[in-house]
Amino acid sequence: MYQYDQYDQAMVDARVEEFRDQCHRRLEGKLTEDQFKPLRLQNGLYLQLHAYMLRVAIPYGTLSGTQMHALADIADKYDRGYGHFTTRQNIQYNWIKLEDCGDILADLAKVEMHAIQTSGNCIRNISSDQYAGAAADEVVDPRPYAELLRQWSSFHPEFAHLPRKFKICVIASEKDRAAMRLHDIGINIVKNDEGTLGAAFYVGGGMGRTPMIAPLIREFVPLDQMVTFCEAALRVYNRYGRRDNKYKARIKILVHEMGADEYTRQVEEEFAHLLEQGVEPPTAELDRIRSFFQPPEFVAGLPAKADRSDPDFALWIDRNCSPHKVAGYVSAAISLKPVGGIPGDASAQQMHLMADLAKEYSFDECRVTHAQNIILPHVEIGRLYELWQKLDEADLGTANLDNIGDIIACPGLDYCSLANARSIPVSQKISERFAANGKGELLGELKLKISGCINACGHHHAGHIGILGVDRKGVENYQLLLGGSEAEDVSLAKITGPGFNEDGIVDAVETVADLYLERREDGERFLDTYRRLGMDPFKEALYG
Amino acid sequence: MADRNTVDLGTGSDDVQLRFRNDEQAGIAAVTVDSFLDQPDAEAVRVEPGDDARDLLPHLSRLRLVEVNFPSFGDGRGYSAARLLREHGYTGELRAVGDVLIDQLRYMRRCGFDAFAPDAPLDEADAAAALERFDHVYQPAADAAVPIWSLRHG
Ligand code: HEM
Ligand code: SF4
Repeated sequence: MYQYDQYDQAMVDARVEEFRDQCHRRLEGKLTEDQFKPLRLQNGLYLQLHAYMLRVAIPYGTLSGTQMHALADIADKYDRGYGHFTTRQNIQYNWIKLEDCGDILADLAKVEMHAIQTSGNCIRNISSDQYAGAAADEVVDPRPYAELLRQWSSFHPEFAHLPRKFKICVIASEKDRAAMRLHDIGINIVKNDEGTLGAAFYVGGGMGRTPMIAPLIREFVPLDQMVTFCEAALRVYNRYGRRDNKYKARIKILVHEMGADEYTRQVEEEFAHLLEQGVEPPTAELDRIRSFFQPPEFVAGLPAKADRSDPDFALWIDRNCSPHKVAGYVSAAISLKPVGGIPGDASAQQMHLMADLAKEYSFDECRVTHAQNIILPHVEIGRLYELWQKLDEADLGTANLDNIGDIIACPGLDYCSLANARSIPVSQKISERFAANGKGELLGELKLKISGCINACGHHHAGHIGILGVDRKGVENYQLLLGGSEAEDVSLAKITGPGFNEDGIVDAVETVADLYLERREDGERFLDTYRRLGMDPFKEALYG
Repeated sequence: MADRNTVDLGTGSDDVQLRFRNDEQAGIAAVTVDSFLDQPDAEAVRVEPGDDARDLLPHLSRLRLVEVNFPSFGDGRGYSAARLLREHGYTGELRAVGDVLIDQLRYMRRCGFDAFAPDAPLDEADAAAALERFDHVYQPAADAAVPIWSLRHG
């Protein structure tokens, strides 16, 4: 894992002091609320329905046990004993007092963490593949490149007041586990025919009210020019992105309106100029960062199979464990989606336990996924059973990764001031329904995603099944969408037709799931069957 | 000097509150980018957020003052305009005017601004504290600050 040196530490420490000073000036009346707002946002502090919410950055989703313990302590000390892991691999606390914020940031800084640029119109936390450094199929560990970009983007003087927020994702395998093409910039580290690594740049993706899949704008940027290319892509956006309308301010709209070709041409021109400016860190810096991401000391010759005599455990292995690049190990997913639970929530106790288990079973590392679960990346297959038993005791052993019970849901009307409808109760009802009728496991991979409004924090556009909360004459109403995917087979979901009320949407989900079970062919997932059959039979089943 | 008939948009030199240059402050009024391009003898220009600072690049040698207006502090186009001008060799005064606030000063300095004429005067102690708070920077920009990666690798 990356470790701060004295410079990194000095930067976060100075940031804490800066924020304390800003709060102080706000209280003294030297800053208006309008002037203070972007400052607090760039420190992760939102004003919500009931209280302040603090979003803490978890760079590329990687956490040490110590850091996870610290997150738990913050939940206990300053919140109500809970934290909420988000779709951008961060954690949010929903019940924060403004006057505690400086102390929280100071507590975070002690464990090399921060809330810098987790909100606001700036470059946000860099996300990545949760299986980085472990996945059997990766070209290289993408995290050093994400860390390089984290440093470059932190306090970037030119890009602190962009037209809108800016999200970057870095992956390094053909399989996309991080919704890479739904980011403002998606980078895929690839190997060319000569075996050299480089970065494929996809620019202008995003969700929100106008979802777009990012087009490829450069197939191969040499790794020692990657930062410069980002800088060029951002500069063109900062200069020409729309500022007249907040809803058209994301880079996806610029790329769409300007055309990907013209946008690319301008970026290339800026890139050529910036190459002369010496903005790229030397390769020695990339080497230094890489040295922190060396593989842990894996043991050779470990057993490749677990004892599957406990059927519940066998199911958990099949569902929640993924292949590892080293024989004898797997990556194990801890589902934060117990039946009827709040997706992504973890209690302080659970966080402490996960931290301890990371230390005991996974070289002191855990990861947050965009699907709001936690991964222990490097677990010996021979020790999985004892791990699972400990998880199960703490209600963390649910076997439902990528199943219909593994729902992504935004905070919705329970917390969010922008919401049209509640997301959490709907996700709870669906998860309970499919646990009770036993169809959850039968359905296999089925990604269901719920947003409480058009902003799409719950990724509904990218759900195999998506649910969107709308306001219909003052009553909560839910639209059903089908056919989205955030993975390498990326696609945007389409609305089936008129919406449903809260119970109706749960029935509607069961209706489309049943149709799939009836019509599926060998090996087809829900998404495959939908793509083969098209929307019509699903509409027919829903609306007759 | 600018044509007498052109509207004088520029902040008078008296409005400059902070200045980080040793040369004499140019007592000239800035004109719009369009006027500037029309007037071969104009030496000062005012760049609005919607202007393309690149239009000035062929004329940098005659420029003594560039004002970049921030009608609202949240509109960050002026940061790119400033950095572009510096990257292309402009060495004259680069003045941020308008909604210039304490917490944006450091970023403005880093993008090459060396004079500030805020609409509302800044508390000088707060401004000084804000400019001095961070000892280091992560990336090179238009100032002389040495990025952390350079300190790490010499
Ligand atoms: C509770 C307070 C929240 C508020 C007020 C809020 C607000 C918003 C808004 C306004 C957008 C649309 C931005 C745009 O299209 O330009 C958005 C997008 C998004 N938010 Fe949130 N959000 C909240 C919580 C969350 C949470 C908890 C998560 C993660 C679980 C999240 C993840 C996202 C994602 C992934 C997007 C889509 C990004 C994209 O358009 O590419 N948000 N949010
Ligand atoms: S999707 Fe809408 S309701 Fe849900 S968190 Fe985002 S802004 Fe709030």
